[in-house]
Amino acid sequence: MSPRRRAGGGVRAGAGPVEFALNGRVVTVDAHPMARLLDVLREDLGLTGTKEGCGEGECGACTVLLDGAPVCSCLVPLAHARGREVRTIESLGGDHPLQRAFVAEGGAQCGACTPGMIMAALALPAHATRERIRQGLAGNLCRCTGYEAIYRAVGRAARETAATAAGGGGTSSGTVAGGAEGHAAGDGSAR
Amino acid sequence: MRPALGTMTLREPRTLREALRLLRDEGPLTPLAGCTDVFVQINFGTLRAKDFVDLSRLASLRRIREEDGRLVIGALATYTDLIRSRLVRRRLPMLAGAAREVGGPQIQHRGTIGGNVVNGSPAGDALPVLAAAEATLVLASAGGERRVPFTGFYTGYHASVLRPDELLVAIEVAPVEGRQWFRKVGTRAAQAISKVVMAAVRDGLPRIALGSVAPTVVRLPHTEAALAGGADIAAAQRVLAEEIHPIDDLRSTARYRQRVAANLLSRFWADTAGG
Repeated sequence: MSPRRRAGGGVRAGAGPVEFALNGRVVTVDAHPMARLLDVLREDLGLTGTKEGCGEGECGACTVLLDGAPVCSCLVPLAHARGREVRTIESLGGDHPLQRAFVAEGGAQCGACTPGMIMAALALPAHATRERIRQGLAGNLCRCTGYEAIYRAVGRAARETAATAAGGGGTSSGTVAGGAEGHAAGDGSAR
Repeated sequence: MRPALGTMTLREPRTLREALRLLRDEGPLTPLAGCTDVFVQINFGTLRAKDFVDLSRLASLRRIREEDGRLVIGALATYTDLIRSRLVRRRLPMLAGAAREVGGPQIQHRGTIGGNVVNGSPAGDALPVLAAAEATLVLASAGGERRVPFTGFYTGYHASVLRPDELLVAIEVAPVEGRQWFRKVGTRAAQAISKVVMAAVRDGLPRIALGSVAPTVVRLPHTEAALAGGADIAAAQRVLAEEIHPIDDLRSTARYRQRVAANLLSRFWADTAGG
């Protein structure tokens, strides 16, 4: 570790734990603030569902939700997670409507892009049109499927979630997520 | 290769004043905000800088507002902020259009307009818009603020008049008269760096700016003058061909860029006719 510089100015030269909410639980990580969030998730916290693809924000394989917005965790310093909410593929458990739909539609082949695709899809509004789904997944590359099966899977999950909500099986969430996460990047639109 | 974490330092000021003081007293420091450029360079080991200052907590720099008739965009406004802003959509729709074509959602949520400007890539998507809109940049240091016309900001490839102790804090845009137009040409719709990118305003004297055809974003004063003087589009395209000097690189060729730039000029002129 580099020596700490003069105190004050919020200087953090590689010392001090970082606290954030991860999949609904508060975690504290003693890692460098310039560490990639991707590495902290995979190596410090053992959550290897988040994949590394290109390491430069092109492929979307490492997508997680940061305060509800999809971001590439390879381009996020740990410092930017401090005090915020991070959600990874592990939060879905394994029987989430999106996961079932990807299986049913053949939306996953090699699987490297799948966690990132699903995390990006989680941020889409419910009843997203095909065009909106395409836009929402435009930052995620897949070299196997040709994308059509993925778009079908996301559409299917949205329909299932809507049907469940309409059938009184749950509260309508307003997103494909079926959870509380909205398309909540930034601080709103009314400016 | 990514440098060892132990060789890097990060300062995390809570206020602009504190950030400017750090830049003055403890520099040189490389500012970070959305990290969509800086982290790529760090991850690939191509950035020599090791000492960073994080601007992401300076919430006041993220606002988009109107002030004395001007549109004032905080440097930390993300592309998503620009897309969602009613003010931007109403006053500078070509900027909202450019923001929609940056990367994909993940990059739009993180990347900032200030970073796009300061990074100074000749391919920066927002830059032709700011050149065509004749934006003004507000640069702050511990000693005060100064305003620089956007068209005078760059001095060369990835080089500008910004001093190491200064931060770009806001971008001001006076009301833009005339019809606005933007078009990015890349390999695919998303996640592509432009081969040619054009923003233009159709007014009595049209204003036309191109990216990816020179070491910096450029305005085309001779082409603009030709069109203002009543030249037909074929003549204006000939002027444009003399006015830009694109290169062959990994994304495209000089010849392709010449051809596409000429096509974009004609498309702009047709799309904005009769307005």
